[in-house]
Amino acid sequence: MAAHSAVLSMSKIINPFWGGRLGNTVKVFGTTLTSHRNKTLLTPPPAKYGGRHTVTLIPGDGIGPELLNHVREVFRFSCVPVDFEVVNVNSALETDDDMNNAITAIRRNGIALKGNIETKHTMAPSVKSRNNLLRTSLDLYANVMHCQSLPGVQTRHKNIDIMIIRENTEGEYSSLEHESVSGVVESLKIITRNNSLRIADYAFKLAREKGRRRVTAVHKANIMKLGDGLFLQCCREVASGYPDITFDSMIVDNTTMQLVSKPHQFDVMVMPNLYGNVVSNVCAGLVGGPGLVPGANYGNAYAVFETATRNTGKSIAGKNIANPTAMLLASCMMLDHLKLYDHATMIRHAVLKTMNETRLHTADIGGQGTTSEVVQTIMRIIQSGGQLTTEL
Amino acid sequence: MSPAVMQTVTLIPGDGIGPEISSAVMKIFEAAKAPIRWEERNVTAIKGPGGRWMIPPDAKESMDRSKIGLKGPLKTPIAAGHPSMNLLLRKTFDLYANVRPCVSIEGYKTPYTDVNLVTIRENTEGEYSGIEHVIVDGVVQSIKLITEDASRRIAEYAFEYARNNQRTSVTAVHKANIMRMSDGLFLRKCREVAENYKDIKFTEMYLDTVCLNMVQDPTQFDVLVMPNLYGDILSDLCAGLIGGLGVTPSGNIGANGVAIFESVHGTAPDIAGLDMANPTALLLSAVMMLRHMGLHDYGNKIQTACFDTIRDKKVLTKDLGGNSKCSEFTAEICRRIQDMA
Repeated sequence: MAAHSAVLSMSKIINPFWGGRLGNTVKVFGTTLTSHRNKTLLTPPPAKYGGRHTVTLIPGDGIGPELLNHVREVFRFSCVPVDFEVVNVNSALETDDDMNNAITAIRRNGIALKGNIETKHTMAPSVKSRNNLLRTSLDLYANVMHCQSLPGVQTRHKNIDIMIIRENTEGEYSSLEHESVSGVVESLKIITRNNSLRIADYAFKLAREKGRRRVTAVHKANIMKLGDGLFLQCCREVASGYPDITFDSMIVDNTTMQLVSKPHQFDVMVMPNLYGNVVSNVCAGLVGGPGLVPGANYGNAYAVFETATRNTGKSIAGKNIANPTAMLLASCMMLDHLKLYDHATMIRHAVLKTMNETRLHTADIGGQGTTSEVVQTIMRIIQSGGQLTTEL
Repeated sequence: MSPAVMQTVTLIPGDGIGPEISSAVMKIFEAAKAPIRWEERNVTAIKGPGGRWMIPPDAKESMDRSKIGLKGPLKTPIAAGHPSMNLLLRKTFDLYANVRPCVSIEGYKTPYTDVNLVTIRENTEGEYSGIEHVIVDGVVQSIKLITEDASRRIAEYAFEYARNNQRTSVTAVHKANIMRMSDGLFLRKCREVAENYKDIKFTEMYLDTVCLNMVQDPTQFDVLVMPNLYGDILSDLCAGLIGGLGVTPSGNIGANGVAIFESVHGTAPDIAGLDMANPTALLLSAVMMLRHMGLHDYGNKIQTACFDTIRDKKVLTKDLGGNSKCSEFTAEICRRIQDMA
């Protein structure tokens, strides 16, 4: 079987699965702002278990655990050579020990699949968002989201195909806040030249690799002249090195207005952290909701896959109504990253076929199917594809 | 209707298409016999004593007296040395709340129908404090400022607005999971103020969840209150849902009872003077102004006439999909108002 021979040849490779998606390492000049956040400097040796890959799994809260269980079910059924190392993070605790264990596990394996970890903002401000901590510690600087309209899903706009690349470590998410005078709080938004160049370079490389024609930088440089001005300048510098790709820029409020009226004008978009949050959620809403779009966080050394809009889904947890599509597509992205292309294609094809051809939809896209029904259908389609599978 | 007392309103026609849409609004108000006396003023910045830029003193005096203003689009000349005119007005009158009601216009089709929400945005601080530094070469920090007073003030205005306009719920939009202290402070103030308005339902929602739900089902939202940056993005997002800035009204509420209503589109210099402009945005802002002044009857009459004209689709300006002139569109609305009396 093609998949097995690919796996066997993989086992002969001694090198660990370093390198981001593009295989190049980006030179970083000087110390990055995030280096001081790395608590453990010792990088453990990579895990290799004879032909099989080990991936860290962080179930998170809300619908995370159930969706990841379904992913494991589908992987087990399709004989995917991936073993999951499950690391639980308890979001109710104030200490960071859980997170440190999770981060060490990801460093060891190089790859992770995660659900969203809830951030209770009733706790003290010193308890930072765990998801954010993970992204900055592992320097996962690029968040990539590919929004594509699915033919089987009813939406107001059709045929959307936008790639969003969002800077993932700095900007408004620096978590640097202080109350200088009682009743006056200052929150710092940090923009650095290094990170802006890095993300712009990533965006253009990805655009070229995927054959995209245009990159749009989203900013608010008319108001934040120095901060977003620096970001925009870095994007322009990088753009000059890619003459085959058109570069333009748009102010963020105009961008959201255009997205809801004329989304087809956008191709690839690159932006700092907060605008990325807004734009990616708007685009996810345009193509059908949070249950459909997978997201990936890439660094030079590590990659973490999750749903694009990072919802905890507390209100639908445990009710068997969550949409497994986003998490399953994220796991396919992970398989692509591991170069297990055949398995990835097989599962992705089954997921999309269930979405587009059978009318079995979960509640969030207007159907009445349960999560388990959708997953069973996906596994049935995989089996009918003639691949080697375990018992259903 | 018994003759009401004439109230003075400072009119700032603005630049570009400003003068033509302002005169369109004045004609329509005349047709409706609204008890408004217009005082036209120019607000081109002048350098005052001490070298600080300010608006002309007669404009300021008129506004202070009348307390209500209607403003057309102002152009911000590049390299004129002075800050943007809108910023200057905001600072002069401490316009702390920007209110944008977004209602779907029947007859102007967008993919979204039945939108009926109001965005209330804190307009003085937040991410637009303008405080930025270069820490070392290649590292820039922008400061987002959130204060207790400003947060309380905007929350109080939001609840008052909800109560005065028969709205049922107020939603605070924030990102307190990431910006714990700043948005946390904003949220706390909103919660405190909500205690005094038990008749209005108060909810909180993350910014990304609001964006996600807004493009899927905007009918679930009523009044939204939020700090500056989120407000900027969301108010434009909502304007996009109903058809763009050409049909969106906007009002700025200041301290001391001052309120300036404006159209938020640009000056459109390419069509200035050609009788092609669409006065809808300024007209709807003027309707907002009438409601603010308590003249609900006149406001409703003018709004109905405007919406009926658009729904009828016979006389529409170019941007709405027709090919009538601005004066024809205005005349049609005037005709409808007179027929209603």
